[in-house]
Formats: sequence, C-alpha cells, structure tokens
Amino acid sequence: MNQMSDKKIFEVPLYAYERSPDQDAEAPVRHKAVVIGAGPIGLGAAIDLAQQGVEVVVLDDNDKVSFGSRAVCYAKRSLEILDRLGCGREMVEKGVKWNLGKVFFDERKVYEFNLLPETGHDFPAFINLQQYYLEQYLVDRVREMQDAGARIEIRGLNKVLRVADKGDHVDLLVDTPDGEYPVQAEWLIACDGAMSPTRSMMGLDFVGRVFEDNFLIADVVMEADFPTERWFWFDPPFNRGQSALLHKQPDGVWRIDLQLGWDIDKDEEKKPENVIPRLKAMLGEDVKFELEWVSIYTFQCRRMEKFRHNRVIFAGDAAHQVSPFGARGANSGLQDTDNLAWKLKLVMEGTAPESLLDSYDAERIHGADENILNSSRSTDFITPKSEMSRILRDAVLDLSEHYEFARPLVNSGRLSMPCTYDGSPLNTPDALPGGPSRSRPGSPCADAPLGEVYLLPRLGGRFTLLTIGAEAPESLSVDGLEVDRLAVEATPDIRARYLGEAESAVYLIRPDQHVAARWPSYDAGAVEAALNRAIGKE
Amino acid sequence: MSTLTLSPNIPGADDFYAELLAAHEGLTNAESDALNARLVLVLANHIGDRAVLSEALQAAMLKEEETA
Repeated sequence: MNQMSDKKIFEVPLYAYERSPDQDAEAPVRHKAVVIGAGPIGLGAAIDLAQQGVEVVVLDDNDKVSFGSRAVCYAKRSLEILDRLGCGREMVEKGVKWNLGKVFFDERKVYEFNLLPETGHDFPAFINLQQYYLEQYLVDRVREMQDAGARIEIRGLNKVLRVADKGDHVDLLVDTPDGEYPVQAEWLIACDGAMSPTRSMMGLDFVGRVFEDNFLIADVVMEADFPTERWFWFDPPFNRGQSALLHKQPDGVWRIDLQLGWDIDKDEEKKPENVIPRLKAMLGEDVKFELEWVSIYTFQCRRMEKFRHNRVIFAGDAAHQVSPFGARGANSGLQDTDNLAWKLKLVMEGTAPESLLDSYDAERIHGADENILNSSRSTDFITPKSEMSRILRDAVLDLSEHYEFARPLVNSGRLSMPCTYDGSPLNTPDALPGGPSRSRPGSPCADAPLGEVYLLPRLGGRFTLLTIGAEAPESLSVDGLEVDRLAVEATPDIRARYLGEAESAVYLIRPDQHVAARWPSYDAGAVEAALNRAIGKE
Repeated sequence: MSTLTLSPNIPGADDFYAELLAAHEGLTNAESDALNARLVLVLANHIGDRAVLSEALQAAMLKEEETA
C-alpha cells in the first residue's frame, strides 16, 4: 500500500514511447499482425497470437494502463481464457471472490442470493478486480514473453491517424512524439474501445439503442465493515426513484454506481462537493472514505453490422457495446479474441481458408446479440421506461420479498455466462446419444478435476481429441493440422459434464476450448470431416 | 387438493417478462389496466381451481401468513 499511495499503477508509463526502427525504414515495414489498443482485449489478442508464434505489434495512443478501475467483475470463463494466456492465477490471487448478493427495495432487503458455484472447477464463478491490475498483468506477461524471445511489441504514444485496407494488407499512418511514420499490417485487429477511432476512420456504422439515463460511477477507498457481497438497491431512500450498486474490490476499494436520471448537469454532478454528499447519504455520515475515481456515464446497447471487414477485424467494445449491468463488456471482449486468434493463425499459415474468419462474425455476433439482449432487459428492469413497466417491476420486487417464485424475475443484471455457439457453421451435428446438453457442439468445455490437476489447462491452444472410455490414436494429422489425444477417466464430474447417459465419448475440442463435435467412439473418417468443418473447409 | 405454486415455475423467466412488457408497449395507462384485467381473467380461467384462486388472491395481497 505504501508504494501504491505514492504512485498508482495507472500513473506509471508501463510502455513508454521508444523510437522504433520502423520509423527510420526506407519503405513501410509490414508486420504479420497489428493490434490497435493496449486495453485488456488488445493485449489479450496480441498475447494469444504471439503464443502461437505470430509476430505482432500493439499500437496505443497512451503509455499507461487505464486510469480508474472501469471493468470490475471477471467471470470464470474470462479467468480460464486468461489462464491460457498466462495470467489467470495472478487475477485470482489478487481479486476478491464473492458469491452472495443482496437486493434491497425502498428501505427493505427483499432477498439475498448465493451464486452457489458448481464445485470441481479450477476458477471461481466471479472475481472483482480493478481493470488496471488486469492490464498490468497482461503487460507483465508481454514482457515475460519478450524475454523468452517472442515477437510481440507494445508501442506507447503511437496514435493511428489513418487506416486503409489494401486487399492483401492494411496501410497505417501512425503519429508519435517524433512525428508520423507509415507501417503495414497483413491483418489489423481494432480493439480501440467503444469510441473506436478505427471504426470512424473506416466510416463504419455502430447503431443500436440509446438509454436515456446517467450513472455516477465512483471508486472509493474506505475502511468499512460492508461484507464481500454485491448489494443492489431499487429506489433506496438515499437515491429516491433510482438504483444503486455497491461492490467490493481489492485494496479496500469499493465500486459504487448511482443512477442519476436523464436531465442532469454532468459537470456539476461530477464535482466532489456534489459527489461526496451523495456517497455519505449512502454509506453513512461517519464512514471515512477517499475518492479514487469518479465518472458519469451513459450507455448504449449496439454493435457493428459485421466485425470483419476484409483485413480489418474489430473486437471488444469497438465491435459491440452493452450496458454495464451483467459484466458483459470486458468478459465478452475476451471471448472475442479467444475466438479470433486461433482462426487467424490457421488462415495466416494457410492451413485454413480465409473464409474461416467469417465464422468469427457468425459466432461472436451471436455472442454480442445475446449480451445486448440480456443487458437491455436488465436496464429495462432497473430503469422502467413506462408507468406500467414500473408498476410491474415494483410488483415483482414486492412479491420477491414474500415469495420465491418472483425472484427469478428480479433483474439487476444477468451475470456474464460463456456463449454457446449453437448453429455455428463450424459445428458438426451432435452424434453422442444421451450426452449432456451443456457439452453439445458449440459449448465451451466445462472444467473438471483430473486428480490433482484440472481439465481445462490440458485443452486449448490446439485441436484436441478428448476421449473418455474410448480408444483413439494418440495423435493424428489432417492436411498439416496436428491433433493430440487426451484420454481421461470417467470420474463423477467428467461423467456428469461429458458423458451423461453415454458409456463412452470422443470429443473434438477447438483451440478455444469449445466443442466442435462429439461421438460415442472414434471414427477416423468422422473426425477428419469434423476437423475440416471446424476450420471452415466445408 | 392442489395448492398454489409459489416456487419458480416459469422456464425462461426473462423471456416471459420481456413478452409481458412488450404487450404493454405503447398503451395508455387505461389500456394497460384493461390488458392486465383481461390477463388476470384469462389466467384465472386456466387455473380453474377455486381454492387455488383464493390462495392466489391472498398471495397478491401479500398476506403470506394466511396462505402459508
């Protein structure tokens, strides 16, 4: 805490500007992949590519991790993805784990819920952690990879001024403290946030629904007795007619979210002399706290019509935006890059046709639509947009205090769950009679203990044939694509998650740990066909 | 004798709630009240059981002691 109080991590230039040889090159240097934006999604994409041996350069117009904590709540799937990228453990060690939520209406606690996470998983259901820690861990991971010789680079204070898709590459013009320089990318991944300059430079639409509401978001440092729980208030005495949220983060930092309504003066509301009385009304007059970060936000639920535009591919908030209720921003962005990186690698090396990248659109647009639907519904519940909507909402809350049946209808945010790619062109129709629905083709693999270790770290990064009580070759190769077998025993967890009623199973697992196909036993022809389908050779 | 179900019983609760809100969209308050009244009568007819309907009325009045 001592060094933190002197200088916070987001005040230190972690990727300070350095002149690149590209700036002195006679002709523009062409890179395999360029990522715009060194936020969690951009760094996630870059690390994933570099881990697969792809040379990658990240350009960011800043030189520090993001100020203020922003994204706070990370779901298990994100932690599993980050573990594959080499920083899941740090997240869990530093993060705050929570399971209990309380819902208040007016002056009463109407009910509480326990997420009751399923046992037999390496990672918790959710952790809370300031976004700057995640970014710091990702930057540390980049440095570690650089030390090991990986071709990954972050260029701070490199602001992209121009982007032009040239068919087989992308031309970029970049501004730096030393002036402008041109550079080229075989593939460009734009992870430059909801206001994406890349999207604007390319004149692409970003349409959706505007929610007429403002929220005050504050991170306060305080020594308080509030438990490690998510507290949500509808219409509390300290914020009449509006909502409020309290959530704990590490280092004694608390996230507070106060709904303010539409007709407010944002600059006035942001002033400490106006913020502090609001927080005192909520926390109590005697609680001592210090403001770490305050902002006022409005939001929209929207997405681009397509995420892939030939050689330019959008990911994260640049491609889709949701309300914060449900923690579906950073969590869905990490699923984007998880989906994209292996496909891009296979296309770059010529193993898969370029059309494989269109499945990124199909699968992640499906994911974005699911997130937009859920987060719009949460917002409609939190901010009823008509009188009848409010009457029904209040009826649900009143009933929820007395009757269990009404509780599933209370919607203060449907927390991010990993997306199942039902209907994806990469899926082979389910061929495992009696197999559990949760592991049907398109699903993300559920973790399970394998003795002292866990299943998920054994999967991912490549195609895997997971066999349970079934014979199969130890490895196979189809047109240059290597597949390794992982044979596991039918423990009770494996049985529940992968066998169901079946006696044995063979699963083809994609590099992003999603199920591509499944059968009761190994059949070389079927596996080869499913593999071809899973890499877009249909 | 059947009793009123007060545990969660609607699969896809969020979908149902969204459909309910959508049914009210664009209606005046009076039209919404009328829609709710018709909905109550339609659902009551579907339930059909007088004892259950009495319990439901008590529950809606938040008189849980009497229905417990």
